Amino acid sequence: MEIAQIATIASKEFWDRIRNRWVLAVALVFTAFALVIAYFGAAQQGSVGFRSIDVTIASLVSLVIYLIPLIALVLGFDAIVGERERGSLDLLLSMPITRLELLLGKYFGLAAALTFSTIAGFGLVAVVLSAKLDLNALFHYFGFMLSSVLLGCAFLSLAVMLSVFAADRTRASGLAIATWFFFVLVFDLLLLGALVVSGGQWGGEIFPYLLLANPADVFRILNIFSLDDVRTLYGLATVFPRALADPWLLGLVMFAWIAVPLGIATWRFRK
Amino acid sequence: MADISPTPDKADAPLIVARGVRKFYGPIHAVDGVDLDIRAGELFGLIGHNGAGKSTLFKMMLGLIPATSGEIRINGALVTGRDFRAVRRSVGYLPENVVLYDNLTGLETLQFFARLKGASPAETGPALERVGLAQAARRRVREYSKGMRQRLGFAQALLGKPRILFLDEPTTGLDPEAIRSFYAILRQLRSEGVTTVITSHILAEIQERVDRLAIMTAGKIQASGTVQDLREQMDLPLWFSVRVAKADFETVRNALAHLQIDAIEAMDDHVKVKCRREAKMAVIEALAGLDGRVRDLTVREPSLEDVFFGFSD
Repeated sequence: MEIAQIATIASKEFWDRIRNRWVLAVALVFTAFALVIAYFGAAQQGSVGFRSIDVTIASLVSLVIYLIPLIALVLGFDAIVGERERGSLDLLLSMPITRLELLLGKYFGLAAALTFSTIAGFGLVAVVLSAKLDLNALFHYFGFMLSSVLLGCAFLSLAVMLSVFAADRTRASGLAIATWFFFVLVFDLLLLGALVVSGGQWGGEIFPYLLLANPADVFRILNIFSLDDVRTLYGLATVFPRALADPWLLGLVMFAWIAVPLGIATWRFRK
Repeated sequence: MADISPTPDKADAPLIVARGVRKFYGPIHAVDGVDLDIRAGELFGLIGHNGAGKSTLFKMMLGLIPATSGEIRINGALVTGRDFRAVRRSVGYLPENVVLYDNLTGLETLQFFARLKGASPAETGPALERVGLAQAARRRVREYSKGMRQRLGFAQALLGKPRILFLDEPTTGLDPEAIRSFYAILRQLRSEGVTTVITSHILAEIQERVDRLAIMTAGKIQASGTVQDLREQMDLPLWFSVRVAKADFETVRNALAHLQIDAIEAMDDHVKVKCRREAKMAVIEALAGLDGRVRDLTVREPSLEDVFFGFSD
């Protein structure tokens, strides 16, 4: 494998997103939402202004769980199928580059753009709030940003996999939307539904493990479990064993959510 | 990395060799048992109808798609083997209807492909100049006309000083002046020893320009050789246009009566004579013996188009 080839493709993908202001637009969206949540998150209780980092992160988690998977899927769904449909894939593959290098280059370039906009968007808020945050709060906020990046990278990996399997861009976009619906809206409902219908008889013990089968849930657990103020509020402490909530373990699960779809995409792309 | 430059003892050996190459998509035989030898420094044409299998063969020669069976070697190295990087660094490819990146400038496009090919970035400026795009180097590709995109695609193929060029319908969208300049570049490259494999629908355009060519139909090579070889293989008739006074039309007819003539047609101011190649010299001699009554004589050899339709029909 030649790293230089991966870097060339990745660099082009990244600078394409910088140039067309995609990174700037997404970063501004993140900044705006984060600032609004930080300052007006407590408006329903009759007060405005920053209250605590725990509450701010809990609110941001709810937002990010919807937003980042969608952005990542939109970013990556045509990574390969788009090149194929436009007719530029043959020319790329006629270069001294392997399919794995091309796929990784695409992925890393898009992941860099998503990471950059996530860090820039939420990082700017950290800078604005820094006067009101102690080191512990900053640490938590940093953890939130890192897990947001991992969440984005996991869904981007899924998107790139879809872009390899899909026959055309239209189907790829349909698959991307279906993936978002499944993981963000339907998955938890299905689990809860199974628990309720079976009166807790079915799936009770494996329920925490099933949550790991959804990167959005892994992200939620990563953030909520580390915040003492909100853990009980979410009820996660009662259903999720503390041993499974180890941030390193959850981080590893997130990396698996990045590696496995990319591995499947590579296998398919080589065929 | 394997060195695929020719060694002296290999200089006359074919540079590109295809043996028993097949590509089947289910019941469809896109390429069906192709054997081909292309020599170093040759300008080789591949012609055929749409769907004849030219582009599929091209893609297999580039290692873009695997053959169902058979093998393709470039200077001895398998195009899909361990030396594929060395093979591809020695190859320039211009796909049919090349698609480049609209958001990049012409210069950035070449810089991107130069990096992928491992070519020097210093090559990009001269490559643009060579195809006449130096003035448009800093314009976005989205502002380029179809012909300019095609020229930029050609410049891309020239990066890395390739020893072999695969050009699929390279003159699509080019104006006559650009076509002339394109073939002038190909001639120059041939003099530098570059091997070019070219497909074109415009047979008249490549007729006088290729060293040899192959005619593909239904995934098979029907014939290959020089244009003259193919004319002879096809045994197509020649046409003489004999300009004589109207009063001498019968004289011409009588002079040729004892020869193997396929047809004689009297036109306004000339006689058209159709005959087999083997009768060509006898016809000329018979006409020369008409004591200066023949004012002008033109021999029309079968065109590449005639040959092509002869084989493909």
